Amino acid sequence: MRDYFYTLADTAMKLIADTEFATLNFSGEQSDFVRLNNNRVRQAGNVRQMTVHLDLIDGRKHAAISAELCGDQTLDTQRLKDMINTTRKQRQVLPDDPFLNFATEKNDSDYDSQNTLPDTDDSLNVIFKEAAGLDLVGIWANGQLYRGFANSAGQRNWYHNANFNFDWSVYHSSDKAVKMGYAGFDWDSSLLASKMSSVREALAIMGKQPVSLTPGKYRVYLAPAALYEFLSMVIWQGFSLEDVKTAQTPLLQMVTDGRKVDSSIQLTDNRVDGFASAFSAEGFILPDSVKLIDSGCYHSSLASARSAKEYGEPVNADYEYPSSLDLAAGDIDVENILKTLDTGIFISNLWYCNFSDHEACRITGMTRYACFWVEKGKIVAPINVMRFDETFYNLLGKNLFGLTSQREVILDPDSYHQRSTSSARLPGLLANDFQLTL
Amino acid sequence: MLDLIASRFKKLSPAVDFWSLRIVEGQSQALSVRQDILEPVENSGSLGAMLTIIDKGGAGYAATSDLTIAGLKQAVAQARKFAAMSVNRGVFSVDNLVRPGVSGRYQTLSGSSWSSTSMQDKIQLLTEACAALKISDAIVYWLAYLRYSSSKTLLTTCDGIRIEQSFDYIRPGLIAVANKGSKSQTRTGGGAGSARQGGLEQLQPLGFPAHASRISEEALALLAAPECPSGRMQILLTPDQMMLQIHESIGHPLELDRILGDERNYAGTSFVTQEMFGSYQYGSELLNITFDPTVGNEIASYAFDDDGTEAKREFIIDKGILKTPLGGATSQARAHCSGVANARADSWKRPAIDRMANLNLEPGNASFAELVQSVENGVLMKTNASWSIDDSRNKFQFGCEYGQRIKDGELKGLLRNPNYRGISANFWRNLAKVGNRSTFDVLGTPNCGKGEPNQVIQVGHASPSCVFENVEVFGGEGES
Repeated sequence: MRDYFYTLADTAMKLIADTEFATLNFSGEQSDFVRLNNNRVRQAGNVRQMTVHLDLIDGRKHAAISAELCGDQTLDTQRLKDMINTTRKQRQVLPDDPFLNFATEKNDSDYDSQNTLPDTDDSLNVIFKEAAGLDLVGIWANGQLYRGFANSAGQRNWYHNANFNFDWSVYHSSDKAVKMGYAGFDWDSSLLASKMSSVREALAIMGKQPVSLTPGKYRVYLAPAALYEFLSMVIWQGFSLEDVKTAQTPLLQMVTDGRKVDSSIQLTDNRVDGFASAFSAEGFILPDSVKLIDSGCYHSSLASARSAKEYGEPVNADYEYPSSLDLAAGDIDVENILKTLDTGIFISNLWYCNFSDHEACRITGMTRYACFWVEKGKIVAPINVMRFDETFYNLLGKNLFGLTSQREVILDPDSYHQRSTSSARLPGLLANDFQLTL
Repeated sequence: MLDLIASRFKKLSPAVDFWSLRIVEGQSQALSVRQDILEPVENSGSLGAMLTIIDKGGAGYAATSDLTIAGLKQAVAQARKFAAMSVNRGVFSVDNLVRPGVSGRYQTLSGSSWSSTSMQDKIQLLTEACAALKISDAIVYWLAYLRYSSSKTLLTTCDGIRIEQSFDYIRPGLIAVANKGSKSQTRTGGGAGSARQGGLEQLQPLGFPAHASRISEEALALLAAPECPSGRMQILLTPDQMMLQIHESIGHPLELDRILGDERNYAGTSFVTQEMFGSYQYGSELLNITFDPTVGNEIASYAFDDDGTEAKREFIIDKGILKTPLGGATSQARAHCSGVANARADSWKRPAIDRMANLNLEPGNASFAELVQSVENGVLMKTNASWSIDDSRNKFQFGCEYGQRIKDGELKGLLRNPNYRGISANFWRNLAKVGNRSTFDVLGTPNCGKGEPNQVIQVGHASPSCVFENVEVFGGEGES
């Protein structure tokens, strides 16, 4: 795939005039998707897609266009010629762009994963066997992801990753279920068997008569997946340089008033340990990591090429959203989490978070999947779903009890348009006075 | 182009029990002026095909942008592979899968096409709209945008069925953010967050660009407004909030694939069960909900869904009684019940699943003044800002950009951060008044996410303003 893109790019760049500069981004995917319900196949297939995005620049004028490729060199070269002609013509009627910003230093890079993907059919056989008798529902995704960059100065960057992501839940009855994920690069049937075994143990608890909690403040443990759901809301605009400069960040009180969260909070976009490509759409090589919150204080924003130009800061992100969210561990041993929680709610997953007061970074959402009422360190019963409404400042600030010493790596299973390369590495979080409302 | 690909594929005609090929060609252009600067113009095109094969009791698909002979052959091999893989492993018999029986056509009626106005004129319009938003130094973010997209689909099958549909969509919007210290308030308008089928003639009815100065004035006024009070009271919701209320607490719970469990690992299940259809009192007698793919300018109008089923208007809820689920032909066959033509895919890359399409609340007979007069103690809420609901689509919480106190039948002062929460199963039974045609608006959302692999699709919602009783209302963390 890399050779195909580079050959295409070489051909396209020969069509660029001396006064012009061009950037070409490539995005490709070859993925199997098998959707499951009742531990049987609902929909199964394969998606093969290739997209290029051309930005054609002359001085400070430019125009951009994207199109899908078919994989035939002759046809795709003609498509690129058409794209160049379209943007060249369109550019003539556009004004100068004061915030145009693209890499002018040549920085090549190449990441080519050598993982051997599992065979989808073989993996499904293992899944069906291990989940026999279970009401399993979910998605098996398995395949290759590609990103490429080329510009007319000769810079070339390539990223190829191959992974599988099995995201599933097993239902006991009604809405009572246990959620699981198994994502990675090297398939291990015994690991899946182990995960399925733990699901069966959790299901036994899910079969107990559920507890309906009343609204109020509760001591809670948020497992890493639950914390990820909550933080995903905060980071949506929280660290975007544009949103900071235009007062749209939900963390405006941190930025403007110096409001802090607990001093143990170290939040980073830790790209070097993540799975996203290391170059931006404009050809900038991105830093290994960017500190977002340091010792509880707002530290840095994420600047895309455009924002960096507009606000005079260095480029440190592709999109102004962490691709590899990393929260430093604490000192609570997850093996003793029920004992440390004592009496309260064990929350495995949260769901459908959104702001109820953007200025105060107050977020509402629901509990989902295996959430339990715990008394004196012992699980009593699953809870019926409850709504929470809580501020970021309370949860990671005055009400924070601590973070676990062990962290989980979460590979984002999202597949809108194409499979995500985002990830997170998070501990679990223990907090007091978590506000449930409905 | 679509015909060329279809005829190319026809020569391959795989020897299987059934095949269908859905070819989709799309174009889009996005223009926006942010803080008086034209943002990079984004043009995009897409072309690809979704091949579905049913053979020997299995079903599989292959989606590809490689539409050469070699690419289509490869797609056939892939779809056959997955069809074979699913034999004896399917959730249901492949006999339940749809084989469309009628050919036909559909085309959006556009009064004024996107290309009828030059790019320079559109940029000029945006520049003026953007400038009109900047009415004060306290407006710190101001944006005007126009997004256009079109798509042509051709669905052909081994049975000789041929369904051609051509769509044009327009998405205008205006956004203003007012700020003072660590407080910011956002107002949107001019069609922001919504979309319509059609051309530039849709801009004026959506308030683009006429609403520019008003939304900035409101954002500024909200900065100084008190927080929304807390308590159980009446609420008057305008169509730009009704849209989300219908979407989340009627549309999603009635999707038949959710009821059948397909979505339980992602979008969720439903508090609605199959047994409820035909008798369940979903709302008050004032609640009439239609699935209506025939409203010309509504975003999800069409003649056929993506499985090739002919689409027609159906009552989903009639005088408060739940009648029909939102399930396409495959889901209907699985559940042995009636439904609607709503199997839709967001692109050539994804298979069709049950979707809402246009889901509308039919108008009643109250004028807006009568709606206000009916409220003794309540809050008017406009323009959705926040939405959250449980995975059974029951416990919800919504927030709006704009609130206004209503006391003794009269509109009073502005309120910031108005929110309300409730339970779908009870909320619609408290529908107390439904506005007439003069309060009605055709809106929708272009970004409804669902499905595994994930899909984001446009759905339409038309509604009048409505009054609800006994709702839990509250505001933000500031002073009320």
